[in-house]
Amino acid sequence: MQTIAAWFHALYETTGINLTIIYDAFDRARFINGFLVTIELSVICIFFSIVIGIVGAWLQGSQLVWTRRIVQAYIQLFRNTPPLVQMYFFYFGLSNLLPRLHAAGGDQPLLSGFAWACISLSFFAGAFNVEIFRSGIEAIPHSTLEAAEALGYTRLSAYRHIILPLAVRVCLPALNNNLVNLVKTTTLAYAIAVPELLYVSAQIWSDNVNVPEMMVVLLLVYFALVGLLVLGMHRLEFRLRLPGYSRT
Amino acid sequence: MTARPMPATPFVLAPPRAGTPKLRLRLWHGAALAMLVLLSATLADAASTGPAARAGILVILLKWTPLLFRGFLFNILISVASMTIGTILGGALGITLISLLPPVRLAGSVTMQFFRNAPWLVLLFFAMFLLPFQLRIGPLVIPLPDWLKAVIGLSLPVMANVAEIMRGAVASIPSGQWEAAESLAFKRRQQVWSIIMPQCIKRMLPPWMNLYAILTMSTVLASIVGVNEVMTLAGQVSAAEGGRTDLLTPLYGYIMVWFFLYAYPIALLTTRLERRFAVKM
Amino acid sequence: MAEASPWTPDQPIIEITDIHKSFGHVEVLRGISLKVRKGEVICIIGPSGSGKSTLIRCINALTPFDRGSVRVMGIEVGAPHLDKLALRRRVGMVFQQYNLFPHRTALQNVMMAPIQVLHQPRREVEARAMALLKKVRLEGKEHSYPGQMSGGQQQRVAIARSLAMNPDIMLFDEVTAALDPETVKEVLVTIKQLADEGMTCILVTHEMGFAREVADHVYFTDRGVIVEDGPPAELFANPRDPRTQAFLSQVL
Repeated sequence: MQTIAAWFHALYETTGINLTIIYDAFDRARFINGFLVTIELSVICIFFSIVIGIVGAWLQGSQLVWTRRIVQAYIQLFRNTPPLVQMYFFYFGLSNLLPRLHAAGGDQPLLSGFAWACISLSFFAGAFNVEIFRSGIEAIPHSTLEAAEALGYTRLSAYRHIILPLAVRVCLPALNNNLVNLVKTTTLAYAIAVPELLYVSAQIWSDNVNVPEMMVVLLLVYFALVGLLVLGMHRLEFRLRLPGYSRT
Repeated sequence: MTARPMPATPFVLAPPRAGTPKLRLRLWHGAALAMLVLLSATLADAASTGPAARAGILVILLKWTPLLFRGFLFNILISVASMTIGTILGGALGITLISLLPPVRLAGSVTMQFFRNAPWLVLLFFAMFLLPFQLRIGPLVIPLPDWLKAVIGLSLPVMANVAEIMRGAVASIPSGQWEAAESLAFKRRQQVWSIIMPQCIKRMLPPWMNLYAILTMSTVLASIVGVNEVMTLAGQVSAAEGGRTDLLTPLYGYIMVWFFLYAYPIALLTTRLERRFAVKM
Repeated sequence: MAEASPWTPDQPIIEITDIHKSFGHVEVLRGISLKVRKGEVICIIGPSGSGKSTLIRCINALTPFDRGSVRVMGIEVGAPHLDKLALRRRVGMVFQQYNLFPHRTALQNVMMAPIQVLHQPRREVEARAMALLKKVRLEGKEHSYPGQMSGGQQQRVAIARSLAMNPDIMLFDEVTAALDPETVKEVLVTIKQLADEGMTCILVTHEMGFAREVADHVYFTDRGVIVEDGPPAELFANPRDPRTQAFLSQVL
């Protein structure tokens, strides 16, 4: 560890390539923290956006016109407005309408910036997921549902055991794209001062004036994160493939 | 990491649609939304416990509308400029992706993947910090103000996505078309330009429009790097009104409505085109 | 109504009385009545669009009918609070397009409903499913997925899947119509075997030769009504109605 740090320090002195995140303990800790916050944010948002997607797709099949209308309005609203404005709307707007906590150190907002980022990004990505799951469900032929009904399945159990497992398989590629997008969109949390990767990187480069180096590191890290997600999704796709149908 | 063709499942993903046939949102829904925001404004107004001298929130929104609207137009300008630059660059990059020379293809592919997988905001920072404040080509000096840098920064991911859209469209053309062109003794260049590309345009249009909608949503990112667009102005309005916190919900809601009114018709049109051009295999 | 008269094997197992069904303005069933006794094999023939499929889909409540009555082992299918599960575990159905669940193996397809719907113990269901697959001559294919099997094999899995619910009645809705000519036979052999074992079967079919061979009674339907019915030897040899004559001369 020491030798690596020394080497990067020497690199800075000889070439001017300043990677403080490797040789400086403080910057390293900041950067790792930011990285972890980004991962946490991504995982939480992926989870909740999928939950929203499944529930929303189920509600869209409802008999009640107004249930469908409300889901549809939600989807269109979040798809057709900028996610950054949504985040501001939640963080600056809604959080002000909520009661504040009286803590020892004075008033505190009920929810932290991190929590608001999770909420707004989950709703944002969730709107896309509803559409994705819905088209997956619609892709399942009606006759498959009928076969299940003829075997005595109720609508709910047919949905759970047959329709949903098939729909998930159909929409995995689209879901994959949307989740990649979501991970990239977590950078917006920068705007409300959540100390995620971009935010800590900006701190580091303004302290050390090493923008190009940090920029390259940042791009590589996101590249790796997205790559990891894509890899995982492809493995899932492979495990869930329908034998005899996929070409690969 | 590229979008791959769908596996041959026994089912086909239904084309996305803006609403079930019976239930299509129309522009008046946007208007209803606007009403909702105004209502929230009055509610927030009623809830605010400030001195009576403070102006109502509706009045404030109206007062600043001309300024905010100019900011919004600037966002549209940025989106159009970035789309133009990004499409031109992306077209060129897309050509390299269908090149017959492996090194060219590889270089194109790496470039595309790099810019496609990077977050838009990071690319925007990238352009802000790493582009000089002016370009000097011989005696010619081109100044690069922040907004122009933002345009360039946003056109980078557009470029990569346009290239990918193009690659996907070309890949969706049945190989029989290439073979037919080949057997009719068309040269490679003619094959691409007179046989393949004309068929691709239709398939590229919906995803290209979709990309434009995403880009429009992303123009607000320019506020983070200090361009005077609508979100920056919104912040200034809020400050000018004494940082009233009850103003923020209606203010951001108001801006959301504008974007919605601009983007939703595009989304509807995209869906319609998508359905019309749905490729029948 | 249904509870009032418990069904006994000497009564018709299925009793259809004057049922009517319209899709929009098109009346596809215009007053059909028929009775099926336990162990009988019934074939319904007729030109396409004559309402054959709709008729048998009314028997297991896949298609609700507008008027009339369908009683299956004493259960009134048209009743407002029909116990669908009770009906469907007595009536198995095989479809033209097999409709296997593509994400499960042949064995799992057979096992799913008894476990998930009837909550029977897995071990027992598995043994029965293996035996059923053996019966439809698919030994060794237990772990193949539907996508890896031929149409005839898939259709036999579908038959085994229905049998796993231990039904009293089997409905076959043009089960060979989507198959290659060379695989039709393997499916027909399986159905014949079932019929010989005494299973009550109702077949909608275009296979006239098969109908003549296995059916106890044949119904010829056209435009929503039963035009003519009788034992196959009689109906095929001496059709009385001109419509039956015209149809048979076309297909035979």
